[in-house]
Amino acid sequence: MNSVRNLFRDLLHYPSAILGLVIIAILVAVGVYAVVTIPYAEAIRLWRGGEDVWYQNPKNAAPAWFNYFTTKDLPSTILITSRQEEETILSKIQAEKVYKPRENGQDITITYTFEYPYDEFPKDLIFYLYGKFDQKAPFAAIRWYTPDGREIRITDTAVQTRLTYRFLQDEKLKRRLKGVSPEIGLLADPNSDPPVPLKGTYKIVIEATTFEPNSDLDGEFVLHGQLHGWAGTDHLRRDLSLPLLWGIPVALAFGLLASLGTGTLTMIIAAIGVWFGGWVDELIQRITEVNLVLPFLPILIMLGTLYSRSIWVILGATILLNIFTGGIKSYRAIFLQIKESTYIEAARAYGASDSRIIFLYLVPRIIPLLIPGLVSGIPSFVFLEASLAVLGLGDPVLPTWGKIINDAQFNGALYEGYYYWILQPAVLLMITGLAFASLGFSLDRIFNPRLRGL
Amino acid sequence: MAETTLSSNIQAYQKKTAANTLTRLLRYSAVRLVTLFVTVVVGVYLTILIANMGGYVDEILRGEIRERISVSISQNPAYRDYTVEQRNQLIQAEIAQEEERLGLNQPFLIRSLSFLRNALTLNFGRALNMTSDSGSRQVSLILLERLPSTLVLFGTSNLLLFFISVFLALALSRHYGSWADKIIVALSPTSAAPPWFYGIFLILIFAAWLRVLPFGGMVSAPPPTNRLEYALDLLVHMILPASALFLSSIFLSIYNWRTFFLIYSSEDYVEMAKAKGLTARDIERRYILRPTLPTIVTSFALLLIGLWTGAIITETIFNWPGLGRTLYRAIGLYDTPVIVASTIIFAYLLAITVFVLDFIYALLDPRVKVGGAQ
Repeated sequence: MNSVRNLFRDLLHYPSAILGLVIIAILVAVGVYAVVTIPYAEAIRLWRGGEDVWYQNPKNAAPAWFNYFTTKDLPSTILITSRQEEETILSKIQAEKVYKPRENGQDITITYTFEYPYDEFPKDLIFYLYGKFDQKAPFAAIRWYTPDGREIRITDTAVQTRLTYRFLQDEKLKRRLKGVSPEIGLLADPNSDPPVPLKGTYKIVIEATTFEPNSDLDGEFVLHGQLHGWAGTDHLRRDLSLPLLWGIPVALAFGLLASLGTGTLTMIIAAIGVWFGGWVDELIQRITEVNLVLPFLPILIMLGTLYSRSIWVILGATILLNIFTGGIKSYRAIFLQIKESTYIEAARAYGASDSRIIFLYLVPRIIPLLIPGLVSGIPSFVFLEASLAVLGLGDPVLPTWGKIINDAQFNGALYEGYYYWILQPAVLLMITGLAFASLGFSLDRIFNPRLRGL
Repeated sequence: MAETTLSSNIQAYQKKTAANTLTRLLRYSAVRLVTLFVTVVVGVYLTILIANMGGYVDEILRGEIRERISVSISQNPAYRDYTVEQRNQLIQAEIAQEEERLGLNQPFLIRSLSFLRNALTLNFGRALNMTSDSGSRQVSLILLERLPSTLVLFGTSNLLLFFISVFLALALSRHYGSWADKIIVALSPTSAAPPWFYGIFLILIFAAWLRVLPFGGMVSAPPPTNRLEYALDLLVHMILPASALFLSSIFLSIYNWRTFFLIYSSEDYVEMAKAKGLTARDIERRYILRPTLPTIVTSFALLLIGLWTGAIITETIFNWPGLGRTLYRAIGLYDTPVIVASTIIFAYLLAITVFVLDFIYALLDPRVKVGGAQ
């Protein structure tokens, strides 16, 4: 315990180590938060979910922080629905619904009111209409009221069980708007050229008529904004906050396990080789040389392409291929010195078993040397996972940072100007890498007296 | 008198040791060559096993052949009049022929051994699916065609990286503790990120945002015909990937060399030389660079052979038509001959380098004896 306290006292002399520790602590906290609030099964369901999970989100919407970098106020998504029970992934506004009974049915008026204070036009306008009926479908007339009092007819239609009305695909509406695309034509100030949005309160009214006593109609209006959440969305409308959050535990776990596994196994194998000497030592040295010939990344790629892309398989292969590398030689040199110490001789004299000597006398001596290596090794493994994902060999189910970059790269995010798509996971990767690397650097100087003060 | 007997004694001793040195050298070289060769053989055989997934790739290939031939024959109007029986016979015959062409009619164990023999004799044969740009299926041509592009990119950036980091490190070790030194130490953790990572940022800034440099590729399309323009075009395309490679390791590299030089410059004999009043240049050349030369040479040699593999992901991100991307494509197409050829060349280069380095150490450092006691 005392030595741990001393270690922390030493670490406090290095500002970079403090910064690294703080960042790691934050990452661990957020990682735990992510796993607790979004359980594994839920995360995978959302990540693998398609249009039915994410349909309310805009495609490729920039994150909310993007607004700080533009002089214009960009619209967020607006969701207004008349349905009561529905659970939505967005916060919703409740539409106002009035029933007026009639013979053999009823007249329904649903009013959707929303403020539009933004400087840019939305990405998309969609109505999801739900009809409830036995024989004859209800009929709906949709009208759009602008802040300056104009009334625009949107459409008149019979509503089957489910009807998706896309404003942008309605050619008749476009013609009524004199050839201007609806997301611009409906919201533009009529006196502006080039068009700018008319700010104020907009109203959409559905006048519906049902033809059966129990028949009903509901509608959900979605105005897809240019911005979405704090992380934005990707080409499949998925909220990027999910993979960004879940990428933390995945990256930390992969880096930590790979580094820990490689480090400890290398150390134990080096100790065994030195202790038994002879053919065991010789064999370990030869395996190390053979391993130098093997191409590491291509083998991982082959595994991913031919066998399995599961993160656990890749983790195992990574550890296995990283055991017999240069590290084993430097550990061996140190163990050779320790083996000659008098306390080892004493242990041998009183008849300590081989495993006792290896695990209780040899290995603990070298742990101080191991720790800096372990910590500085983490970033390279975190980046390895991302690298494989960038090559399209990421785990098929898990949401990770590398997969975001891969998706972005594959869909030409840089060509299209969706910089946030690549920047967010890249910055997170960089912060994680830097935190562990700077902590490892400081630890190295504390544990290696030769480097102290250099 | 005493002096002459001493000198003749020394001469006799030198003659004897010269003969000893020669036999020791020969024996050492022989043993070393054999162990290195065995290492290469085992390493390459393992790669062959992995690249074939222990024979599983053969199954994939057989399935592909079966499907391709069945579809092509059943859709070929020329065979429409054939009965089902006849058509099946034709399919079987063509499958057998195709399998024989690719050697799939033999069991995998035998195939793997013949792969090994061919690989060791540098007889790479023909690729399964890939073709070179000139349309050849010769593996050696496919690889040779890509070699120049990898060499020009990685050669430039790695040589720059190596020399700049060694010289800057030497300068920094002289001014240890200066602000420049502190900045390098502070920046060294940035090398935790691989080159492709810097590549993405560079593309974002210079290609996507500022639009001053190309996104990727090696030359514009269509390539300029004028030789000078071609070189300039190549240079423009090289800036981003070369900077990515350079940036990703320059700080750590400088830091490592600087620390290494600092450790050596705190040796007693350096203090002694300083006390004698030698100039800083002399101290650096004779007492710091000389003992560290073996390490510098090793690192340089490993850098040179590292050029062979290129960098798979950096080349993929920058669309650079080099060896790394070829290897990646080969893996995706299960083209084992290409994978194995790339591995064996690297293995041979590594073995030769390791062997030669032993002798270079002895040349550079009189304390080191080739094959001497460990």
